[in-house]
Amino acid sequence: MIPLSAYTAVSAVLFMTGLLGVLVRRNFIIVLMSVEIMMNAANINLVAFSHYLESMAGQLVALFIIAIAAGEAAVGLAIIIVVFRGKISTNVDEMNLLKW
Amino acid sequence: MVGIFFTYFSLVSIAAGVLTVTLRHPVHCALSLLVLLMHVSGLFILLNAEFLWAVQVIVYVGAILVLYLFVLMLMNLKTDERYFHPSALYILGPTVLGTGYVLYLFLQSPFSGAKGDTPAAAVLQDGDTYAVGIKMFSDHLLQFEIVGIFLLGAIIGAIVLAKAPKPLDTERERL
Repeated sequence: MIPLSAYTAVSAVLFMTGLLGVLVRRNFIIVLMSVEIMMNAANINLVAFSHYLESMAGQLVALFIIAIAAGEAAVGLAIIIVVFRGKISTNVDEMNLLKW
Repeated sequence: MVGIFFTYFSLVSIAAGVLTVTLRHPVHCALSLLVLLMHVSGLFILLNAEFLWAVQVIVYVGAILVLYLFVLMLMNLKTDERYFHPSALYILGPTVLGTGYVLYLFLQSPFSGAKGDTPAAAVLQDGDTYAVGIKMFSDHLLQFEIVGIFLLGAIIGAIVLAKAPKPLDTERERL
């Protein structure tokens, strides 16, 4: 029997990886992928707690998170296409369209 | 046996996550994200969540990741020479320290609490899909509808954002 803390440890390491990706990478698409990694870490936590505390609510929230990740990916990639069409690179440091 | 599978899935998913963040070419990053998603879905199987496993494979791998790959191949990105942020090393240390502290707290705490109403035996009897469906359409119906509205808004927003702008000015000049 695997203890619950093992799942939370895996989830914490994955979340750290995603957070580092958001902070460190300069390509906007990779930043979005790192957000997906963080969402997956949260999903592991939710499903593990749902299993060990014998409640179904965690799996439902994980389902809603997957749906929200789909919406986030669609809108984020549309924004990337718009930015790239304006001949601006996808480097997050060089995007300053809305800067006053 | 379960321990072996858990070790395999968790180690490979962590390694794939690290590769996603550190690899240079964006398509390679997307492919290692694919490996990560598949192994996280394996962890769901170990937790008796077959429905979430199917949703993860179909929605994440089948839809979201393919969308990422489509955009990557549409834009034909050049890989930068310096693909990390210049102050990456200053961020790395505090993040690793903070996560180490959180891990230390996790491995100490027992996580006991009030149990819910669906034990593992009940889930295994009728299947995970049945349990999720009963719970979703009885107690969480409003959230389900809200997610539907949210997805509709996301679709409309994506279409409006990504649509090619009309050449309005040229027609006005002709008139």
